[in-house]
Amino acid sequence: MSTVWPRLEPLLSRVERPARYIGCEDGAQSPVHAPHKAAWLLIYPDTYEVGLPNQGLQILYEILNERDDAVAERTYAPWTDLEAELRTHRVPLFSLENHLPAGTFDVLGFNLAAELTYTNLLNCVDLAGVPVRVDERREEHPLVIAGGHCTYNPEPLADFVDAFVLGDGEEVVSEINEVVADWKRSGRTDGSRVQVLRRLASVPGVYVPSMYTVTYDGPRLVAIEPRYPDVPARIEKRTIASLEDWPYPRQQLVPLTEVVHDRLNVEVFRGCTRGCRFCQAGMITRPVRERSAEQVRSMVASGLRRSGYDEVALTSLSTADFSGIEAVVGGIMALDDNITVALPSLRVDAFTVGIAAQLQQARRAGLTFAPEAGTWRMRQVINKLIREEDLYAAVDGAFSSGWRRVKLYFLTGLPTETDEDTLGITELARNCVAIGQKHQKGTSVTVSVGGFVPKPFTPFQWFGQNTVSELDRKISLLRNDARRSRGVQLRWHDPKATLIEGLMSRGDRRVGAVIEEVWRNGGTFQEWTEHFRLDRWVDALANAGLSADWYVHRHRTEDEVLPWDHLSAGLHKDFLWQDWRDALDAVGLPDCRWTPCYDCGACTGYGIEHVVASAVPPAGGSQGTGQDLSVGHVVPVSLLGRRAASAETSAPPEPVEVGSA
Amino acid sequence: MRVRARFTKLGKIRFVSHRDLARIWERALRRADLPVAYSGGFSPRPRFHFGLALSVAHESWAEYLDVDLVDDIDELTIATLADRFSAVLPTGVDCTAVAVVPSAGGISLQEAVTSSTWSLGLDGGSLDEAAAAVDALLEAHSVFITRERKGKTVNDDIRPYVRSLTLDSSYSGCVLPDCAGAACDHVPGDPGVVLRAEIGTQPRTLRPAELIGALGPMWRERRVVRLAQWIDHEDGRQEPLALPAGPLPWLRTETCAT
Ligand code: SF4
Repeated sequence: MSTVWPRLEPLLSRVERPARYIGCEDGAQSPVHAPHKAAWLLIYPDTYEVGLPNQGLQILYEILNERDDAVAERTYAPWTDLEAELRTHRVPLFSLENHLPAGTFDVLGFNLAAELTYTNLLNCVDLAGVPVRVDERREEHPLVIAGGHCTYNPEPLADFVDAFVLGDGEEVVSEINEVVADWKRSGRTDGSRVQVLRRLASVPGVYVPSMYTVTYDGPRLVAIEPRYPDVPARIEKRTIASLEDWPYPRQQLVPLTEVVHDRLNVEVFRGCTRGCRFCQAGMITRPVRERSAEQVRSMVASGLRRSGYDEVALTSLSTADFSGIEAVVGGIMALDDNITVALPSLRVDAFTVGIAAQLQQARRAGLTFAPEAGTWRMRQVINKLIREEDLYAAVDGAFSSGWRRVKLYFLTGLPTETDEDTLGITELARNCVAIGQKHQKGTSVTVSVGGFVPKPFTPFQWFGQNTVSELDRKISLLRNDARRSRGVQLRWHDPKATLIEGLMSRGDRRVGAVIEEVWRNGGTFQEWTEHFRLDRWVDALANAGLSADWYVHRHRTEDEVLPWDHLSAGLHKDFLWQDWRDALDAVGLPDCRWTPCYDCGACTGYGIEHVVASAVPPAGGSQGTGQDLSVGHVVPVSLLGRRAASAETSAPPEPVEVGSA
Repeated sequence: MRVRARFTKLGKIRFVSHRDLARIWERALRRADLPVAYSGGFSPRPRFHFGLALSVAHESWAEYLDVDLVDDIDELTIATLADRFSAVLPTGVDCTAVAVVPSAGGISLQEAVTSSTWSLGLDGGSLDEAAAAVDALLEAHSVFITRERKGKTVNDDIRPYVRSLTLDSSYSGCVLPDCAGAACDHVPGDPGVVLRAEIGTQPRTLRPAELIGALGPMWRERRVVRLAQWIDHEDGRQEPLALPAGPLPWLRTETCAT
């Protein structure tokens, strides 16, 4: 393997923002390749600016490079200007550490976090000089493996990706590495590719689509079944029992050029059991696994010292729910008063705003809340049980603590949504403006509206997504109403892109032909408005003889085989179906962290439990959920044991049983 | 108290923008744990000032930064600063000297610097053609180019800015003029056309790319390195901060050779 740097260097003077192609970040490793080490190229199929902060990729990068039998480098999708230069000068996609050709790695490992990046995956594989289709790859080609949230419906990419990984990657990445390193040491002889794939198929959490046959009856999917007896009929996701055992990334990458979320990120817990029915991330990452406050504090302190950052984000799906929040906040405040702490997922209540006010000197950025729906009825349907009083108290708190801007995030096109529900969005926003005006003149509230896309492994997976014209109609209702409302600024996502996201989200294997054609016609960077063109997708669907109505807009039935039925996120299908029926009846479901388990399957199926520092809900009463939490304490949880002074050097905690259902 | 740091920008890091470099220094200053002065306001920033900006893709081994400190620090500490900075700066950005400079009443680096010396590695023609182009430019009384300034297209005579321009026969392909593989693993080959230019920077600077453009349309940049910045005095000129005498242990192999 030799570096492409001498050939790349002259091209970099001709492209925008060349710093994104040089590597050299603080925290970047200098991997030394060897015949006994499986070589991974970890790829985020979007720009460097979007991909570099991705924590999942950084965690695997460190875990692999710590192993004696692995090396890992990184790359991101080259922007269109560099792509053109690379193709003209026949320079392949390259890694950022040693600038090695991508095709010389043993594994191209993709992180799939957004459906609209699928065409970029194909493009990266092609730029690597590797056939885009699984059935055209030979022993000399790398294995193409993908992980990340999108792999819960891998079928649209089944023809292009050799193996998918479901769930947490921390443990399974090493198991995959052992198989790949064996393959490499054995010389990748003729016929070995199919054997290595077959071995991978038996690693728990790994799905190898070529080991399964798909049968259809007309447009209907009938079954996805293993071809061989040793290949599992059902692939279960992987879940690490304790986040505390994985204090990664230890050396977060500090980029040389500006990226999104350009700050230290410390994950305080994984999983969320609030049970919002539209939220795939919450459903598939159950149960809740917290770090101890001590470990969070030590990761924050060492990370800030090492990186030179003056901002740290405490990340999770709902950071104010973290049991250790007050202890951590106190600890960080004591470190340095020039440090800003970001809570990227604020809960909608006054308590949370109080914490944010304590943490952020800089009020420029504004505070963002996500009530998600405009009326109480609608919020019961989606199980986001925020009362209006909670929102108003939060907004009042924000304006009275000096924030000048508040941003509210909503979905439209939700199940059972009426025009009254839609217009409830602007109604709420108007009331928030009025609250702000009590504190400051000229307050403005930004309302951001996204079209709802039903996702696999959520109760809404059976729901027929709104059409583009229906979403357009709802947005124009809102626009007309917002125009008459002083101080309400409306932003919305393009419903055309929402349609395609829906197609990827719940499509089956046949949709692969559409992805391939759009890619062949130049359709990369589809999540970038300037590159998205609906007509390419419409034409490709027509050429493949497929219908968006069938995949996207049709309500699905209980007995129907879903393209992801052979996969499992732990959740029982009958639990999801019941939750779907409850949604239609506007019946809410409490958070099982603080109330009894209702056996969704995420813990019970895998013999794991919530890991929280306290079984008592944190301050803030009902947490703005309107739930009755008086039956707390009788929950199956592991309590994090008391830790020695340094969280990083002490042994893993002993779980303490406090009860079980 | 104000300290001045001299540093390099060599190798892959040349593709980092001026703005990015400011952010890199901001983090490095925090990591070096100095009593740096901060601006007030909503979002406090450390108070430091660069000299002349360096274009993306150009290299340098004579960049400067002035940093204001809230507390004075002793001489012994100052002697360690260059190493401390280098340890927290990326590969290719090495701090090569640090000294205290007067802060009150002193003019800014950007105003003080009067010229820069550049090594201009070019593609697009032979040595003879380069020699002819250099002679033609030097013999001309005025050389007009059109350039953008504050959104307007202006016609400027750049001849007065060109203090000297020669074919550099000593260039070996290494950034270190006398290296030629001595300090790095570079195998000296034919370096091609390399010019040495001293360009005036007042009242405004002439960019190397503009000078190259004025030599003729066929010339393209291969490697452009700022070798020195100068401040004129009545009795000669001097660098804002000279390199310490002796070997250059900070120069890393991967940043020396082209
Ligand atoms: S199995 Fe029970 S405790 Fe675990 S996430 Fe599901 S409902 Fe909650």
